[in-house]
Amino acid sequence: MSHWLIMPVLLPMVAAILMLLTARLGRTVERSISLLSMLGLVAISVALLNTTLGGDYQVYAVGNWVAPFGIVLVLDRLSALMVLLTSVLALFSLLYACNGQDRDGRHFHVLFHMQLMGLNGAFLTGDLFNLFVFFEILLIASYGLLLHGGGPLRSRAGLHYVILNLAGSALFLVAIGALYGMLGTLNMADLAVKVAQAEPEQLRLIHISALLLMVVFGLKAALLPLYFWLPSAYSSASPAVAALFAIMTKVGIYSIIRMFMLVFGIEAGVLSHLAQPWLLPLGLVTLALGAFGVLASSCLRRQVAYLVVVSVGTLMAGVGLLTVESLAASLYYLLHSTLITGGMFLLADVIARQRGDVGSQLRLGPTVTQPLLLSTLFFIGALAVVGLPPLSGFIGKLLLLQAAVHEPSMAWFWAVILIASFFALIALSRTGSALFLKTDDQAVTGVRVESVSLIAVVALLLTSPLLAFYGGAVSSFTTDAAEQLMQPMNYIEGVLGSQQLPVVATTEVAP
Amino acid sequence: MEILISTAIGFLVACGIYLMLRARTMDVVIGLTLLSYAVNLFLFASGRLVSNSAALISPDAAAYADPLPQALVLTAIVIGFGMTSFLVVLAIRAFGDLGNDHVDGEASKK
Repeated sequence: MSHWLIMPVLLPMVAAILMLLTARLGRTVERSISLLSMLGLVAISVALLNTTLGGDYQVYAVGNWVAPFGIVLVLDRLSALMVLLTSVLALFSLLYACNGQDRDGRHFHVLFHMQLMGLNGAFLTGDLFNLFVFFEILLIASYGLLLHGGGPLRSRAGLHYVILNLAGSALFLVAIGALYGMLGTLNMADLAVKVAQAEPEQLRLIHISALLLMVVFGLKAALLPLYFWLPSAYSSASPAVAALFAIMTKVGIYSIIRMFMLVFGIEAGVLSHLAQPWLLPLGLVTLALGAFGVLASSCLRRQVAYLVVVSVGTLMAGVGLLTVESLAASLYYLLHSTLITGGMFLLADVIARQRGDVGSQLRLGPTVTQPLLLSTLFFIGALAVVGLPPLSGFIGKLLLLQAAVHEPSMAWFWAVILIASFFALIALSRTGSALFLKTDDQAVTGVRVESVSLIAVVALLLTSPLLAFYGGAVSSFTTDAAEQLMQPMNYIEGVLGSQQLPVVATTEVAP
Repeated sequence: MEILISTAIGFLVACGIYLMLRARTMDVVIGLTLLSYAVNLFLFASGRLVSNSAALISPDAAAYADPLPQALVLTAIVIGFGMTSFLVVLAIRAFGDLGNDHVDGEASKK
């Protein structure tokens, strides 16, 4: 049993505690600890991803308590991919915040690392109650981060966000309680075994708790009826925090994939694939409404927040198709959309600061100080987000559209995705011209972008051409991850060991 | 006992939801607190309601009480308490920032 598996959880926690202890030593020490721990986290997640290439499941029994009794961390291709994505996004968000915005409030770096601990834990855990605990860790850190910098807008958005998530946590606990009461276990692999063997009279309650879980994860992911909190929360958060929050909706998507592919997956008998009939239509409607939001926004930050909703809708629709190809395409699109929307949040802040009082509002304002640089970056970001060739958004959407070719829902899927992309294209062209062309040439604010911030923005936006250039390698990895998700029996066997499996009738006939 | 517990949970949930739908932040905080009490009772009851049974292995035990839900409830109480206290602070902060205690931060139109 390799202890490296728990490092993505331990390292941010230790770094956060260290930063609290050395808080009096000034900002240089704090930033150095923070960035060093981030670099370590990226290195560890690359190493962990590397170990999953063979397709084995790695199980870490916390406190050496074996699987159904103790809490386990499980590493498969999907969780390794999510951990790596989190650490890359977080590294550049943190770098961006080092331009001085980390001093707008207290303990920014501490909260940031606590959030990372929660995120990594949620991606790695193999236990439903532990997932709840890590959700709460990442949520309480995100409450603090959302309010970072203060101000009435943040207080109001923060209030809504906290209340909604507390109500969500209550529902999560109800679902956990009902599942435990019915099945007597909370280990995900064990749950999958028990769900398949459930008594007929238990089915209804299990069904209800599964759909309650979907509501909870849908709230985190900002799926249709539950996304109204997102635009105001994300657009009022400080930029580095908003960029990191690009991964927060993905936690919900990850949990939906995990629960409904593993516990209520192919092997679950009557209860298999409970969520999928909901995911496709809800995803498409979320996508459509998100696209209207992008069109209607009068502020760049809000527009990017709606682009997050669009990406969530696209991903949910992709997951709802439930084929290896669509899952693989969704995972590719998830990588792309997280990094690019993160980069766009940072870029929006750079543009807003160079436009002085007008900020990111789409109305007549001063010319930005570095028009060529910023407009080029905006152009790259917009191309990537909309999904025009040659960048990764195009490849992601192409893969998704290809995956839908043989599905009965193809017409809807193609129509909504293509029209929504068209809307996003119109909206972002208008934004680009409002920000860079229709400007007041007399007024110049003279604010220049700090080099750390510039590095962070460029790095995040450059991931798009990189994802496109290495598209073959990345998409073959996501295909492997999707195939692994389609075989929940291997996960169960990896966690519980083969002797605990239910007896599967063998079809071999003696000659 | 089942009827008593389920009525209590249902009553708490009803009160909690009613208060959560009101427009003042303190009402919402109390509503969320009631809802979390209900959830804690529900979690507690998910281990079945038995009295006077052994929680750990004992040679002369006829039946066992399930100790796990108590551990879950304990965790849930601690987390819920922390979250509620944070929400109270945030509500006071919002009252200071926005000048009123409406959840949308706007003075109610009379």
